[in-house]
Amino acid sequence: MEAFRVMVRARTLEDKLANLYKAGGRLVGGVYLGKGQEAYSAALGIQLRWQHDILGPFIRDQAARIAFGEPPLDPMRTYFGSVRGPMRGRDGNVHRGRPKDGLPAMISHIGSMVSLVSGMLFARRMQGRLGDAVGAVTLGEGGTSTGAFHEGVNLAAVEKLPLIIAVTNNQYSYSTSNDRQFACSDLAERAKGYGIQGRNVDGTDLIQCVQAFDEVVRAARSGSGPQLIIGHTLRLTGHGEHDDSSYIPESVKKSPIGRDCMLIAEQQILEHAWMNDKEIAEWKNTCRADVERMVATAMKEPAPDPFKEPWRALSTSELCEGQWTV
Amino acid sequence: MSLTYLEAIREAQYEALRRNPDVFIYGQDIGQFGGAFKATKGLMNEFPGRVLDAPISEDAMVGLAIGAAIEGSRPIVEMQFADFSSVGFNQIVNQAATLYWRTDVPCPITIRLPSGGTAGSGPFHSQSMESIYAHYPGLVIVCPATVEDAYWMLLDSVELDDPVIFCEHKFLYYHLKADSFGERDLPIGRARIARPGRDATVVTYSAMVHEAVRAADELQQDGYQVEVVDLRSVKPMDVDTILASVARTGRLLALGESFPWGGVTAEVVARVVTDGFHLLDAPPMRLNSKDTPIPYHTQLWKAHRPTVATVTDALRRLLRY
Ligand SMILES: Cc1ncc(C[n+]2csc(CCOP(=O)(O)OP(=O)(O)O)c2C)c(N)n1
Repeated sequence: MEAFRVMVRARTLEDKLANLYKAGGRLVGGVYLGKGQEAYSAALGIQLRWQHDILGPFIRDQAARIAFGEPPLDPMRTYFGSVRGPMRGRDGNVHRGRPKDGLPAMISHIGSMVSLVSGMLFARRMQGRLGDAVGAVTLGEGGTSTGAFHEGVNLAAVEKLPLIIAVTNNQYSYSTSNDRQFACSDLAERAKGYGIQGRNVDGTDLIQCVQAFDEVVRAARSGSGPQLIIGHTLRLTGHGEHDDSSYIPESVKKSPIGRDCMLIAEQQILEHAWMNDKEIAEWKNTCRADVERMVATAMKEPAPDPFKEPWRALSTSELCEGQWTV
Repeated sequence: MSLTYLEAIREAQYEALRRNPDVFIYGQDIGQFGGAFKATKGLMNEFPGRVLDAPISEDAMVGLAIGAAIEGSRPIVEMQFADFSSVGFNQIVNQAATLYWRTDVPCPITIRLPSGGTAGSGPFHSQSMESIYAHYPGLVIVCPATVEDAYWMLLDSVELDDPVIFCEHKFLYYHLKADSFGERDLPIGRARIARPGRDATVVTYSAMVHEAVRAADELQQDGYQVEVVDLRSVKPMDVDTILASVARTGRLLALGESFPWGGVTAEVVARVVTDGFHLLDAPPMRLNSKDTPIPYHTQLWKAHRPTVATVTDALRRLLRY
């Protein structure tokens, strides 16, 4: 039920972002959404504890971020470029984070967060304060083709780190379909080659996702080393909101992989009587009202001021070369 | 007692590990084996669990170091050769170099690059990468030329809260000797006058400092006094010391071992021309390697890089102008 609530929150927020993008003029830069991946993403996020575990999210993990505990105003502030957001206008949209709280800010280069999250775990272990913390890093299926992914997963396996590598196979990497991305029939089988555990899950099915991540995160916490998990679903939106994804055939959209995890989750919630229609409707209203408030707040906040910006890339200010700051 | 440049690097790492439990070293073959050049010889036994063999994964090695730095560690990454840092390039320039600026979280990592040419090493075990990394904001690039600097600048690098690319020259590993590591005198960011003079200035760094000093010695026999400025760190660049020298001599040769297109020597010339055009009595000169990959055969290699002979020749032309 918690995961479902997170899903609704994420979908509401992202629908708003999509509308703001289409309306134009307000948001800084592009918008990247996780529509169709909320079940899988939320199911991972609810297993992780803020300031205890680590989450290195990819671009479609609004749900995991919410569940993990990212401060609620962070997304809107970052999309609006508010100086009060964690990135202060220096970076935007999904490239946001709070590394000191266990939420590193992704760089765009796909695959490069696998080793970074591994390094965070590695240091904590070396410092004797890892405890039962785990780290999770998420990628799309396209990300599994990078050298960085291979190096990162192998290194995590060699170092026996409590790392969950959560891949979402949403059938498309931007416009590229899986037959041009990899030649194996089952990505989870790659785990064997790394000497780690791997499994698949239906990413459209919330209950299955929650069960799978419960097991996978438990395994990582209890010292079974890195865990590879592949969730199968369809990206129900463009690569970014600039993309109409007209390259995805209707037949794929209508196939079981194209089911909307939100609708399935709602059915599951009702079937188990965890919430009734009225409660669900109320929750959706609450989420909508919250999102409107976030927008109202973030919109009013100051944009970064180039004249107040120190323009320094080093923390040691005396080593910054002054002459460039004319 | 005589200490080599390589021993300075080993001893600095010993001292860094001893001083601060947050320091660890990650690199290929650096544990029991002590590293391809033995720069970590014996350290694994003295600091168990803190000197670790890495898989051949330069990207992931640097990624791990950055993650560890976020958590308060101060990792040293040893690249087996500077050339292979190209595989970790993305993590260095996009992840390490941007971390502080994007997130306010400093990134205290030191990446050691065994750099530069030695005879018979060929195109992929001879490169100098300082110019490439210096191009990116958010990195500090140091290129020690002396045993003392190798020691103190490595210690300073590990203590710095920013990512440092530590370019140590393989040619100097065994040849260069000193009686002691001396005192820490100059901080990172300050250049040193390696040899005073009044007729021309050579601005250089790393192994080329020694070629320049020998060229200056040779020209002294003809009555010329050539000043050699050792940059020590190429970024930040100590433009004040460079300009002060050019103000004395009126003539500039920027000398570097790396490829000629752009880079540190071009930067030196650009800065002097921009800020000190009026100080120049002759057009500034640059001398770098040739614009080809680095050759394998000793005969070709010697002709590819600047040497005492070519530096002397360049200086003669500069002095005659
Ligand atoms: C190393 C690298 N190459 C290319 C890109 C450009 N790019 C951004 S997202 C994307 C597609 C990613 O597909 P996938 O990994 O399957 O994730 P999805 O978008 O489907 O969630 C590409 C090619 C990038 N960010 N990084």
